[in-house]
Amino acid sequence: MKNVNLKINGVSVTVPEGTRILDAAVKAGFKIPTLCYMKDLCNESSCRVCVVEIKNNRKLMTACSTVVAEGMEVFTNTPKVIASRKITLELMLSNHHKECLKCVRSGKCELQTLATEYGCDPFKYNGEMNDYEVDDVTPYLVRDNNKCILCRRCVAACNKLQTVGVIDANNRGFATAIASPFGKSLGDVPCVACGQCINVCPTGALREKDNLADVEKLLNDPEKTVVVGTAPAVRAALGEEFGYPIGTDTEGRMVAALKSIGFDKVFDVNMAADMTIMEEGTEFLARLNDPNATLPMITSCSPGWIRFIEYNYPEQLANLSTCKSPQQMFGAIMKTYYAKKLGIDPKNLAVVTVMPCIAKKFELTRDDQSAAGVPDIDVSITTRELARLIKKYGIDFKSLDPKAEFDDPIGKGSTAGLIFGATGGVMEAALRTVAEVVTGKTLENVDYKAVRGTKGIKEATLKIGGKTLNIAVASGLGNARVLMDEIKAGKSKYHFIEIMACPGGCVNGGGQPIVDSQTRNVVDVRKTRAKVLYGKDKKSALRKSHENPVVKTLYGEFFGEPGGHKAHEILHTSYVKRNKY
Amino acid sequence: MKTLQQLQEIREGLKATIAERKEGAAVTPGQPRLHILVCGGTGCTSGNSQIIRDNFKKELEERGLTQEVQLIMTGCFGLCSKGPIAVVYPDGAFYTHIKPEDVAEIVEQHIVGGKPVERLLHAEKDIHGQLKSINDTDFYRSQRRVVLRNCGVIDPENIDEYLATDGYKAYEKAVTSMTPQQVIDEIKKSGLRGRGGAGFSTGMKWQFTHDAPGDVKYVACNADEGDPGAFMDRSLLEGDPHAVIEAMMIAGYAVGAEHGVIYVRAEYPIAVHRLEVAIKQAHEYGILGDNVMGLGRKFDLELRLGAGAFVCGEETALLNSAEGKRGEPRQRPPFPAVKGFFGKPTLINNVETYGNITQIILNGADWFASVGTEKSKGTKVFALGGKLENVGLVEIPMGTPLRTIVEDIGGGCPNGKKFKAAQTGGPSGGCIPASLIDTPIDYDNLMAIGSMMGSGGLIVMDEDNCMVDIAKFFLEFTVDESCGKCTPCRIGNKRLLEMLDKVTKGEATLEDLDKMEELCHYIKDNSLCGLGQTAPNPVLSTLRYFRDEYEAHCNGKCPAGVCKALVSFKVDKDKCIGCTLCARNCPVGAISATEEKAANGRPIHAIDPKKCIKCGVCISKCPKGAISK
Repeated sequence: MKNVNLKINGVSVTVPEGTRILDAAVKAGFKIPTLCYMKDLCNESSCRVCVVEIKNNRKLMTACSTVVAEGMEVFTNTPKVIASRKITLELMLSNHHKECLKCVRSGKCELQTLATEYGCDPFKYNGEMNDYEVDDVTPYLVRDNNKCILCRRCVAACNKLQTVGVIDANNRGFATAIASPFGKSLGDVPCVACGQCINVCPTGALREKDNLADVEKLLNDPEKTVVVGTAPAVRAALGEEFGYPIGTDTEGRMVAALKSIGFDKVFDVNMAADMTIMEEGTEFLARLNDPNATLPMITSCSPGWIRFIEYNYPEQLANLSTCKSPQQMFGAIMKTYYAKKLGIDPKNLAVVTVMPCIAKKFELTRDDQSAAGVPDIDVSITTRELARLIKKYGIDFKSLDPKAEFDDPIGKGSTAGLIFGATGGVMEAALRTVAEVVTGKTLENVDYKAVRGTKGIKEATLKIGGKTLNIAVASGLGNARVLMDEIKAGKSKYHFIEIMACPGGCVNGGGQPIVDSQTRNVVDVRKTRAKVLYGKDKKSALRKSHENPVVKTLYGEFFGEPGGHKAHEILHTSYVKRNKY
Repeated sequence: MKTLQQLQEIREGLKATIAERKEGAAVTPGQPRLHILVCGGTGCTSGNSQIIRDNFKKELEERGLTQEVQLIMTGCFGLCSKGPIAVVYPDGAFYTHIKPEDVAEIVEQHIVGGKPVERLLHAEKDIHGQLKSINDTDFYRSQRRVVLRNCGVIDPENIDEYLATDGYKAYEKAVTSMTPQQVIDEIKKSGLRGRGGAGFSTGMKWQFTHDAPGDVKYVACNADEGDPGAFMDRSLLEGDPHAVIEAMMIAGYAVGAEHGVIYVRAEYPIAVHRLEVAIKQAHEYGILGDNVMGLGRKFDLELRLGAGAFVCGEETALLNSAEGKRGEPRQRPPFPAVKGFFGKPTLINNVETYGNITQIILNGADWFASVGTEKSKGTKVFALGGKLENVGLVEIPMGTPLRTIVEDIGGGCPNGKKFKAAQTGGPSGGCIPASLIDTPIDYDNLMAIGSMMGSGGLIVMDEDNCMVDIAKFFLEFTVDESCGKCTPCRIGNKRLLEMLDKVTKGEATLEDLDKMEELCHYIKDNSLCGLGQTAPNPVLSTLRYFRDEYEAHCNGKCPAGVCKALVSFKVDKDKCIGCTLCARNCPVGAISATEEKAANGRPIHAIDPKKCIKCGVCISKCPKGAISK
């Protein structure tokens, strides 16, 4: 590709042809503010905050959409540019509910940051404000249009990335609002609860439903024994909320924090992920050996994905593994096996999970998720909520023991379970176990690199014990749709498919710490967080689910055989067709 | 399917007929003796011109005159304020304000008896007291009809009549004797600039689309005329739809497109209907289709109806809407010439721009460029509105002074009021004050004085108009029509309107005017599309030329007495005769008798300012002019 030479604020820089001014400026050492732009996702040029001046061009141009040209001279900080950006921000603020003191996004709000940087007067353009009812009817998501700046990043996430398409701009002019068709609530449309809209929102207009009050109530209930389980991806991102760089492993500090908060037991959901592998692997082998079984079999760990298939491909529900997700298996094991072991009524055992996900808040409300006659899970909070709780409880995260360990006896998981947190992880973990079960031999090289990485759809053909297996891994629902359309058309060549609703898998889940667009412009969050998981896996001595002693104990003491009757009752579930509108 | 030969025969066969539709034309033996042309434009149609035509038909049939008298319905004649209109040729009798019941009289007295019905004729007399003929009237005298050449002349629903005006000959000429590049060069040489508003070189636009890589290209016609008070495009589509179709075919040949899209507002049902009829007829004649006129080229057209959003006149918003998406603009570049309809290179021209094309091809670029000014060639159609005697549609050579339009063609302001300003370019343009009335109208002159050509709306204000109120009116329109995509337009214009509102209520300070001006410039510089970039123009230009009025408002006065919050109605005690007319007509009972007596012994009346809604009914009812504001 050809290179282009240009000057930005007098600094010469050479970039490939087709580069946007925004990226060229980064190379020249200048940050240009953005709000509506998000790398690879949203480029509507609608917020106008990235305007710059270009020599011999009488118009202000948007750096997010204007492509460099040879000899171009760009000025990113002229008085006109600075004044324009300031007014743009002040206008946004004039129609923004300035509740920063109580806003969950305060401190991480891109509008707030820029308003401070530009010394904005938030009241300069006071005038009529839109007044919207806050949509908080779902158990997972809150939409507060009073804080929306109409950047449309959420629209792009919902429509382009996830192909869910339940939101877009409604009305026009000053009355324009991002909403569902006919102004319906998010609870009345086929929203899948992936939460990707929250992750891309620059302000507090989109947020998870906060369940911390429920957690605190349980913690303060003397009748209850409260156990907490953490999903694999949480430890790979929680540190970001406390100033650690993206990609820092804070497993020990996380465990220590949970203990400090006052949970009776702190367990690792990786253990349940290992159980998922045992059940799902067994189910897969059974299907593979049954000429009448439905193939490809598709994973069922991701509750956003489950909602997606239930709404969009209900005729393909038989392709789903009947395994509960690791969260639900965790809860089911706690309320059955562990309650019995403790000798307490499951009603008095509360199970809280910390998840990178908001769909988990919905999942725990599903039917057929109450193995002990009470809901498997009581409360599920996101990584972000946990961070808020830690801060609220005055726990100095950085001074916590980085080596704190999960509780015995059933707290530990293998790192096969750990890599569930990244796209391809479930597939890799399953293959490690399936290969050994099929061949009966110990697998020396457990790295299935073909299924790693952030590519939207990955596929591989493997030979396991004389059988040829075609497998595929998709993350992001737009990619899932591609594979599903193949299945629907009867053209799928795969035997086993892993699907995660969120691009990159759980590490980039809708409940993870917010990463602003400027950072996302230069850092691949998915890859950087996944590195934590694969790094731990590489160093681990326990890399196969079936070798986890906890797994052996559970089957030995309680469940009997994988895929057996008891396992089926407790660890499997069913799905329903959902009507879109 | 007609061959070139057959098309030519149709042309020849009707030429004599069309030629008679001119004042004083000689009647060829075998041709109708008289032609009655009834206006079928939107304005006259709403004045019952359809019934008038039906009545003519009935009267002619009853008298057995259908052979010797030809009755047709045409497009707009232009003088809409005098409608419904009918013209009888070759007499050149120009009937205005006709009612359906007048028709029998016209037929009896004029068609049969040969004596025009004087009371219905357009009453404009020369210095000798003689009625002027149509072409000599002030309204038509200064016009030059190139685009509107067939409006009010032919039956737009009859393709044969279009053919008889050398219709589809320009396409034939282009395809058989010119290369696509030669066609583009001719358009470039003509100096034609886009008539939709911005005035970009049409030839360059064609060249860009021609040069853009891609197998599939489109030509599109922007018929989403949205300026309040503008109806040039509608009239052309209603009066001469084939001219636009033929121009799009030529454009398709030049840029390499086989498919055309006309994006027209659904609120133009007559234009849509005539386009549908024209497209159907063109198909029947093989003028549209897989082998156009047997010349071996493909071209087809489809209509896309807009739902009446002003912003969809912006070309990228138009494309989104035509594709079935939300009608909001896209960031340019890439321009539609590179990435347009469904991502393919697309040429988008306005209706009136297309209206010029066939004439340039047939008569040559030099002929076209002989009219107009140095940088603005040809003619421009304007929709005259506001405080003028003659309101309607006119076509004038570029460079005609505003004075000619206002005073001669428009007949000046009614009731002897003083001309104050003219707004061109609708809500995107600005005002031209009386001091600049001699400005020759062309793209660059208008730009230089802070207005713009726009699509051709021209609204005249007189001394009774408040310029702040006018600016507010236009801004209210743009705020209402903003798509809401970009911040400067969505919130900036809203705030600007709120500031203007403060001015009209006397609540603004002089500092507020500076803040307004700053915001205006910001919105112009920062908005995504043309709608936002031009929305502050009415405010900026009135601030420029009528700042004193703004300042007066800041001091609590509306000089024109328009802004209600700043006006109070008073009864002049010396003039009041206690007739009670005002009190009886006041809709809110704000006027009552006082203790004081007038000279005639009746009680003098007074207005309760707390109740008064400033509707002005009392002023209009008072026989003594005793009430003022």
